[in-house]
Parts: sequence; structure tokens; C-alpha cells
Amino acid sequence: MRRIVLWALSTITTLVLLFSYHTSTSSTVSASTRVTTGSNGAGSNGTGSNGTASKGTVPGAGTPQGSGSSGSNGSTGSNGTSGAGGSAGSAAGTAVAGSVVPTRFGNVQVQITVANGKITSASVLQIPNRDRHDIQINNRAVPILNQEVVSAQSADIDMVSGATVTSVAYIQSLQSAIDQAHL
Amino acid sequence: MSRRAWVEQLMGMPMSIHVRADDPNRSDIERAVQAAYTELARMEDLFTTYRADSQLSRLRRGELTFAGCDPLVAAARDLGEQAREVTGGAFTTQLPDGAGGFAFDPTGLVKGWAVDRAGDYLAGLAGVSWCINAGGDVLAGRHRYVPPPGVDAAPWRIGVENPHDRAQVARVVTVESGAVATSGTAARGAHLYDPVADVQVGRAGSSTVVGPTLLWADIWATALFVGGTAAREHFAAQAEYSAFDL
Repeated sequence: MRRIVLWALSTITTLVLLFSYHTSTSSTVSASTRVTTGSNGAGSNGTGSNGTASKGTVPGAGTPQGSGSSGSNGSTGSNGTSGAGGSAGSAAGTAVAGSVVPTRFGNVQVQITVANGKITSASVLQIPNRDRHDIQINNRAVPILNQEVVSAQSADIDMVSGATVTSVAYIQSLQSAIDQAHL
Repeated sequence: MSRRAWVEQLMGMPMSIHVRADDPNRSDIERAVQAAYTELARMEDLFTTYRADSQLSRLRRGELTFAGCDPLVAAARDLGEQAREVTGGAFTTQLPDGAGGFAFDPTGLVKGWAVDRAGDYLAGLAGVSWCINAGGDVLAGRHRYVPPPGVDAAPWRIGVENPHDRAQVARVVTVESGAVATSGTAARGAHLYDPVADVQVGRAGSSTVVGPTLLWADIWATALFVGGTAAREHFAAQAEYSAFDL
């Protein structure tokens, strides 16, 4: 169950990063921010008694506003947790909708389907389409992200090696999901 | 045994550091990780070609000589020359400058070298095994008293991307201590220069090299991706390194 929640969180976090990402070409700026991961849903903000709070640095949160949207992961996590808890007794696929996460590009909401303790699919219920650039990023990123959440479940790996990843490509990558799961 | 990760943007790419330890929140681990990032940032400051005021940029404009630069800049020149010889010319730090000439550009070796140097700050952490991923090139290590078969040193499983479908993992390499470097053109488009043929290589696929240091694993991955039979013959003499193409 903890794994499911972590993956749900990493999915949501990855998406949040996607939309809070500083997309200009000079985006080598990084800022520290605190990411709170609620692992057991005890607590409205993911910081309950069984939650694990870990300090990490998240790429791309280059503005105070960006940090703010990352901070909202906590509340997303607690919603995801309660949803995943609801699926505990059912073997068939159970859809779990995350809460709406405000980002500086607009609202993001994801849904995952959990069957037999594994994420079998992930979909996006809400994405911002503010301008053409956002649309381009979204159309490209979302299908890849969906695939990766599923393949990350089946591939038991710690790290990903591949041709050099740019900052923008990273947001969509399996490595990003792995990093987020351990921040 | 718990695991913790950090991610920073450096050299235009995400660099993540993962540690496994009984208590990954230990203050000495936090300090060592920050020291590793500081080293990476220092190397970026010296060698970035994206900023006009880096020592490399000033050297290339003739405003500085090698003697006037940090000794690491001359060391990069020497490593580049050594790499050219060892790879039979398949790797070079003399790259086309876009104006018909060539300019000293050690970018192809600085990342691996910087990660090796950053790893030195993690190697002394008692009871810790660690892994750095620099935009797809990976270096893993462990404290010398972490026994190789022990739970602390559970090998890192490195998935190598399928270059033809980047959402898929084509192969898994396990590493307790050492480097995995992959070169190809899938992520950035054509960007690897073949000094023998004097062309930018944009073919599909990738070359992965596994060995003790990321400096040389990365150099060889580039050399094998752009080079032909000659590069492979030179590589055969590298007993500590192995490679595969995808």
C-alpha cells in the first residue's frame, strides 16, 4: 500500500513539477524547497504521525510561486492516500482521483487506476491549456508520463541510463519518477 | 536500510544523488551530498560554455591563458589529449567552432570527470552506498567497509533506456561500484561529433559503457557511438571496461 501511495504521489509530483517548471532556456536555476510525503494518510497535510517528511531539492522551482505549488503536494498526497485506502479490499481496478493541484500554469488533477496492488493506468483529468506552448508540452508529456508510471511498476530498477537528458525532457522521464519517489 | 534522493539542476541537466543507509538523514550524509553538489557547481562554473565569464569562455576568447586559469582547465586539456590518443582519434576536445575552425571544448569529458570528483565526497561515508545520475550517466559507489555481498551494498540496478522507445528499459546493468555511461542522439538530436569523418553523427541507437570511472566510461561511450572499427579495436585493449550497443 505504501508503494502505491508513493507512486501515486510521484505521479502527481511529477505532474506538478511539469507545470511548475521554469521553461526558459536559461533554466539552470534551482531552488530548495521542502517536499512532504504523507505515507499513511494520518494527517490532513501528509505530515501525520506515520508520514515521512523528507527534505529535498526540487528542480525548476525557480520562483517563490513555484515553491508554493510544490508545497501543495502534501494536500494532494493525503487525498490520494484516502483514495488508495478505499481500494484496499478490491482486486479489480479501482480509480483514485487526486485532488486538484494549483500550479502557476493552472490546475492539474490526475487519476490512477490500481489493480492487485499495482498501478495499471494513469490519466489526467485536468490540465491547463493556457497558451500554445502549454498545449505543446501537455500533449507530448502526458502520454509519456502515463506509460512511464506503468512501466516503472514492472521494471525493478534504481536508476536510468540513457542519452543525455535535458532539463525539459527530465520532467517526463522515468528517472524523474524514481527521484521523486525517494525525495 | 533506507534510501534518500536529492536532485539539483547543474550543467543544464538534472543531477540526482541517491544514498542507501540505515539513517539517510544523518548530518554527515547531508554535508557530503552538499559538498558533492558544490564540486559539481564549481566544475560547471569553470567549464560552462553557456556563460561568457567562465574561465573556459575567457580562454577561448584569448582573454586568459592556460597558465592564468584554474589548474583544472589545463588538466582538462591534458585529459582530452590523452582521450584522443587512447581512442585512436574517435574522441576529441577540439570541436568545430561554427566558423570553419576548431576550438577547445572539453564539454564531452567534464561531466563524467566532475561526477567522479563529486563521488569522492561520498566515498568516505560509513555504512553508505550511493549512486549519482547526471542526466543519464551513472556512477555508483560504497564505503570501503561496506562488504560487497552485504545488504548495504545491494547493487544498484541501472536500467538502460531503449533509444528507439525512451519510455522502455532495454537492459538492466547491476553495479555495486562503478560507472554506466550511455551516448546517443535520442535525447538531443544530432549532437555527437565524429572527428575522423568530420561530421555530426545523428544515427539512431546508443552505446553504453560500464567501467570503474565515469570520466572514461563516458569518453568511451562517445567514441564507440561515433567511431568505427578502429575505435572498437582500441576499446578492446581496455580490460576494465565493457560495452554494448542498442
